[in-house]
Amino acid sequence: MLKTALLLVNVMIAIALLLSLWRLIQGPSLADRILALDTLYINSIALIILLGMYMGSPLYFEAALLIALLGFVSTAALCKYLLRGDIIE
Amino acid sequence: MNWIELILSFFVLLGGLFMLIGSIGLARLPDFYMRLHAPTKATTLGVGSLLIASMLFFSIKNSMFSIHEILITIFLFITAPVSAHMMAKAALHVDTDTLERTQGVEAHKAATAGGNPPAKADLVNKQKGSEN
Repeated sequence: MLKTALLLVNVMIAIALLLSLWRLIQGPSLADRILALDTLYINSIALIILLGMYMGSPLYFEAALLIALLGFVSTAALCKYLLRGDIIE
Repeated sequence: MNWIELILSFFVLLGGLFMLIGSIGLARLPDFYMRLHAPTKATTLGVGSLLIASMLFFSIKNSMFSIHEILITIFLFITAPVSAHMMAKAALHVDTDTLERTQGVEAHKAATAGGNPPAKADLVNKQKGSEN
């Protein structure tokens, strides 16, 4: 039952990734594309946590933590670039 | 099929549903400031319930309290409002197109149109005064 739920949620997160990718390609403004990249890394964190539960191995949390850290830094850097025209002043 | 598995499946399905709702909102809503609202729910509620499910799973599987998922939860709960604030600020700075009924844009335009040029002029006058 848990394996079935994990596979079903994998499919749901794959659809969510495709919708975010569509917004990343389609997005009318640059801020929309930054928001789509933010949603993409959140979805990939969820996908890695699900993979760790499916494999039954606790090794995947470090990867999820690293993606969370680097995703926040990249979002902050892109917003800073839009705001100032420069990342490190 | 015992009750622990039922609780785990409930949390996993709830998390996946919130992730899907957040991305549907990101793809479907018509305006950037409306789109900013949807994926924040995916960040907090979706990843939060998935991490609760994985905490329960590994606590029961290894029969030892597994705590390092709380790190990801705390980090995401701290950084999600900060990144949303920075994205809204960047969108206001580059004048993203809005719908007619989006509120608050006129106030922002009035504030920037009335506020910035006199402030810059004051700054220039002060610099000239200090040089002289």
